[in-house]
Amino acid sequence: MLTEKKDKTGLFIGAVCLAVLYVFLILLDNVIPQNSFTLLLVPVLKKGAIYSLVCVSMNLLNGFTGLFSLGQAGFMMLGGYAYAIFSIPKDQHAAVYQYFDGGLIQFSIPEALSNVLGESAGAIIGSIICIMIAGIVAAAFAALIGIPVLRLKSDYLAIATLGFAEILRAIFQWSGLGPITNGSNLLRKYTSLSAIKIGSLKLATFFPFFIAGISIALIVLLINSSYGRAFKAIRDDEIAAEAMGINLFRHKMLSFVISSFFAGVGGALLAMFQTTIQATPFKSAMTYELLLIVVIGGIGSISGSCIGAFLFIACNEWWLRFLDNGSFMGMSVPFFRDGFRKVVFSVIIMVIVLFFSKGIMGDREISFAGLARRIRGSKPSGGKEAPAK
Amino acid sequence: MSRPVVLSLENITMQFGGVVAINNLSMEIPEGNITALIGPNGAGKTTAFNCITGVYQPTNGIVRFMDKVIVASHPTGKDLKNYKGWNADAYAGMKIIDPTPDQITRLGIARTFQNIRLWKSMTVFENVLTAKHMRAKQNVFSATFRANAKEEKRMRDETMALLEEQGLDRFRDELATSLPYGLQRRLEIARALATDPKLLLLDEPAAGMNPQETLELSEFIKQIRDKYGLTILLIEHHMDLVMGIADYIYVIDFGSEIAQGLPAEIQSNRKVIDAYLGVSEDE
Repeated sequence: MLTEKKDKTGLFIGAVCLAVLYVFLILLDNVIPQNSFTLLLVPVLKKGAIYSLVCVSMNLLNGFTGLFSLGQAGFMMLGGYAYAIFSIPKDQHAAVYQYFDGGLIQFSIPEALSNVLGESAGAIIGSIICIMIAGIVAAAFAALIGIPVLRLKSDYLAIATLGFAEILRAIFQWSGLGPITNGSNLLRKYTSLSAIKIGSLKLATFFPFFIAGISIALIVLLINSSYGRAFKAIRDDEIAAEAMGINLFRHKMLSFVISSFFAGVGGALLAMFQTTIQATPFKSAMTYELLLIVVIGGIGSISGSCIGAFLFIACNEWWLRFLDNGSFMGMSVPFFRDGFRKVVFSVIIMVIVLFFSKGIMGDREISFAGLARRIRGSKPSGGKEAPAK
Repeated sequence: MSRPVVLSLENITMQFGGVVAINNLSMEIPEGNITALIGPNGAGKTTAFNCITGVYQPTNGIVRFMDKVIVASHPTGKDLKNYKGWNADAYAGMKIIDPTPDQITRLGIARTFQNIRLWKSMTVFENVLTAKHMRAKQNVFSATFRANAKEEKRMRDETMALLEEQGLDRFRDELATSLPYGLQRRLEIARALATDPKLLLLDEPAAGMNPQETLELSEFIKQIRDKYGLTILLIEHHMDLVMGIADYIYVIDFGSEIAQGLPAEIQSNRKVIDAYLGVSEDE
């Protein structure tokens, strides 16, 4: 009825960009020879895609529903553990759970499927099933703690969710749960990204982008649906939203559960990327990192969160690494030592917060439809977003 | 009053701590009428609204809507000990019904706010469209996967029709808060209409309007009453507006009813004049 035709062009451009990106990623894995550049680029891309997903899920909650929640790392950990536990091969259990008699769960979904469908198909489908389980576990926990926690407002909600994530981390390290979580030891040997391939076609970089792309597209669809509008109404004015018949608790719970589901999926991807998983790194510091990305990208902007995630990961793992090396362009600089990167990083963040207080994108989106209009020279109006990446 | 009663309040008392904000207020609002609730500042008008719409749980009393009890309450425990209102045990055995505001809206009672509460980040169109969410036949999956595109299209078409009827279609893509004040009021009413109400509660719709705008507003209120077959309850300060459009008026002061009647009766009522103009001690 409105601007459907224009939107279709936008969608087309978006799809083409996405296809080009995916082809490039597959080439990166298989054709382009490894060198010192790709060795740095590939992990940044993988981790960036994973962080994009988690930050978008956090943005759904913090930016679009206006619930200031800091439990994201906890839900990622739940997802990561759920993924790892269900995908450790049977004969590796004795080695992984060496202090806990080989653990409680004695099967592996990817392995079981591999026996039926062949190795590569089994690994791909099995890991996707495990990723779904990871999301569902995180969502189920969110539904449980949401009942008491979502009655709280603003800062109190943040404190409660932060506390929940910390408690969960402590519980996962408890040796009483060892047969499942392996206590404070690493979980390893599960299906990692390098196992994702079709025949000899490696998909290690493609896979996280694929899963994150689908997940982000789903979140975008949700946000642009009637429910997304209800979330925004709650963010803008809770009292008015309630008076217009929007059930606050139900919609907050929905947003919380969906956000946690995708945080769980992100956690599972992170576990695949890292090849080992342990509860220790899922501290509040990780949630702050995510929050930082959301703020830098722009609260209430999906594309902002994605850009922010890639920039943050690239700076953290690559571009600012030279600051830790003790030398700069061949000269020895004594204060360029471990941790100096973090100092520079903090300064950059301060500059962003001071001068771009709305973040890189504000609450706008990269819009392929808008791009299409600009190319054709007609005036831009009311930009509809396309799944941006 | 031969018309069926849409909304009735029975002995509503609202006590905050030791303060009785509304004392034993009873009202009957017949179908199709414009009923006004007036009173000086702090008389408890908005509190009465909040008791009807589920924002507050009244301490005592019953609200009926279309012959169905929608709010019922009586003081218990500590509240009973401190209770200062009347009829403390009138509803003692009754089951307490304390709905949330969205449940009330779902029944068909929509409201506007004294201080305009539009959704700031949304356009005029989205503000009205979002109010349609409540009655949409969909769940989160069918909405996300666009499985029910007809429903979404119906919502959009109805919203557009509503905006056209209200003369707001020119502003459909403007941010709601960028509209002039009078139009924001009108948009808030349009948003309330989008929930398909039978009863519309207007909280000081003419607040901050000049005489010309007030005149237009009273025409507008009559229009929407006739067009959508509404029953209207309004709170107002502007006497011109109230006397011009109200079919029946309730006057409260310090939480208690001091008069009720037709506009002409209220205008000459001694108690009402005293309440509004103040009465000297030695009179």
